[in-house]
Amino acid sequence: MNEQSQETAVGTDKTDSADPVYKELMRQGLWANNPGIVQLLGLCPLLAVTNTITNALGLGLATLFVVVASNSLISLIRHLVPQAIRIPIFVMIIASLVSCIQLLMNAFTYELYLSLGIFIPLIVTNCMIIGRAEAFASKNGIKHSAFDGLMMGVGFSIVLIILGASREILAQGTLFDGIETMLGDWARVLTITLYQADTSFLLAALPPGAFIIMGLIIAIKNAIDHRIKK
Amino acid sequence: MAYKNASSPHQKQRRTTSQVMVLVILCLIPGVFLQSYFFGYANLIQISLACLAAVASEAFILKLRNRPVLNTLKDASALLTAILIAISIPPLAPWWIVVIGTIFAIIFVKQVYGGLGQNIFNPAMAAYVLLLISFPVQMTSWLPVQSLQPFSLTLMDQINAIFTGATLDGYSVEQLSVSIDGLSMATPLNTVRDALHNGFTISEIFTSLQFKASSWQQIYWINGAFLAGGLILLFKRVVHWHIPVSFLLGIGIFSFIAFAYSPDLNAPPLFHLFSGATMLGAFFILSDPVSAATTVKGRILFALLIAFIVVIIRNVGGYPDAVAFAVLLGNMCVPLLDYYTQPKVYGGGK
Repeated sequence: MNEQSQETAVGTDKTDSADPVYKELMRQGLWANNPGIVQLLGLCPLLAVTNTITNALGLGLATLFVVVASNSLISLIRHLVPQAIRIPIFVMIIASLVSCIQLLMNAFTYELYLSLGIFIPLIVTNCMIIGRAEAFASKNGIKHSAFDGLMMGVGFSIVLIILGASREILAQGTLFDGIETMLGDWARVLTITLYQADTSFLLAALPPGAFIIMGLIIAIKNAIDHRIKK
Repeated sequence: MAYKNASSPHQKQRRTTSQVMVLVILCLIPGVFLQSYFFGYANLIQISLACLAAVASEAFILKLRNRPVLNTLKDASALLTAILIAISIPPLAPWWIVVIGTIFAIIFVKQVYGGLGQNIFNPAMAAYVLLLISFPVQMTSWLPVQSLQPFSLTLMDQINAIFTGATLDGYSVEQLSVSIDGLSMATPLNTVRDALHNGFTISEIFTSLQFKASSWQQIYWINGAFLAGGLILLFKRVVHWHIPVSFLLGIGIFSFIAFAYSPDLNAPPLFHLFSGATMLGAFFILSDPVSAATTVKGRILFALLIAFIVVIIRNVGGYPDAVAFAVLLGNMCVPLLDYYTQPKVYGGGK
């Protein structure tokens, strides 16, 4: 899934400067209409699995893959889908993509697969994905749809990673703990211990902590918007 | 018969917010004094730490919100919150416990909702719950009574223990929380709970060594002191009688029902009334005018609900004391209670 996202990123880089639509899509996905902190979609995985950066990154990349692929596929078949039953069809496409990613993670990153648990199959119900399918991909061409999916996915992942990083620092005093479950054994060197915590700040690891930190991130984003407007 | 003939408004005395807050703080003094008399000066250090943190964080956030800093600080509500937090945590808890708690209470529970008068939850209790959930070990290492402490602690020892985790002689707080006969120290509620789990009956527990070592008499005295302070508040009409009276009545009735149902497994009402944070809660925490219900019927229901939850959690729940959790749950019900207990306007409606 790493390669997939990189390829898409490279593929769109060239056209980015040519078409103002891409710039707008990028702004929408990463900032103005960020699925995590503006649309507040997919909050369930956002809050549940972001206790470490590794989990956040794993779920973020999985979601990114699914949203890019589902946007492209749905955009391809958008003229063939009868209006009345479009939602079931979208869900089936998304569900099959999620099954692919679930099987892939089960095969290649088994420990990460275990630690994300039920939240991998739950990507199907992530409103952000069905939302992009319905609101964007079913009305636009494949290039724009794929780019929109990429930007939305990246925006979502960034929020996940910020949340995961702050919760991991507060609760364990580390960064990238357990990254080897995702990238292989060499990645152990990436784990940074910021401070040795005698007693962990348990609240940050618990769901209420996720809500509070999420609220802070939204507040900071709004404050920045406010300042820009001035 | 003589009738008093006064024209409205009938309230003769007007008090500003800061006068009310200062009065509440003054009425806390007997309880705080007994606490430090029995368990050492450490709680006074905690109070000063908490007050510093409260004033600093309140000033910081008011500045951030472009609100008048000095005027708002003068109302002393932040100080009251800080004192309530400081006296509910174990006296020798590390300094950052009380600081984190106070900052959380002021910034996240009070100012984020819009400052004094806007908060849904009681700041002190929300902070206590945060601390209890986040740092269970530090929040449950209570000290034995001074007379039972194996090492006598000087003021410097206590200051050192709060800031570094060990006394000047190098004893850690864990060692200090073991009393003279090697029995691990716990609050009376905790002792009763653990012994019940191990299959003892209430009458056996009350005569056991553990319970006698658990400083229950001192806790009774402290609760009595808070009761005295609370009665002054009632007398001065700072708090309405509805909440404290119905809360204590509720604790009495509900724990009596449990006690009558099975006297071996549930502690008697008097024990519930004078242990843990019952009295402190009744007069100083539940009666917080901001987060409590505002109608008369609502106040009574609010207090009874909290009493019910306290008794349930103490008797069958997972924590030894439950005032903080119960108050937060009660706070959540306040909008509903206020909505359904609106008094009818005279002459209006059916």
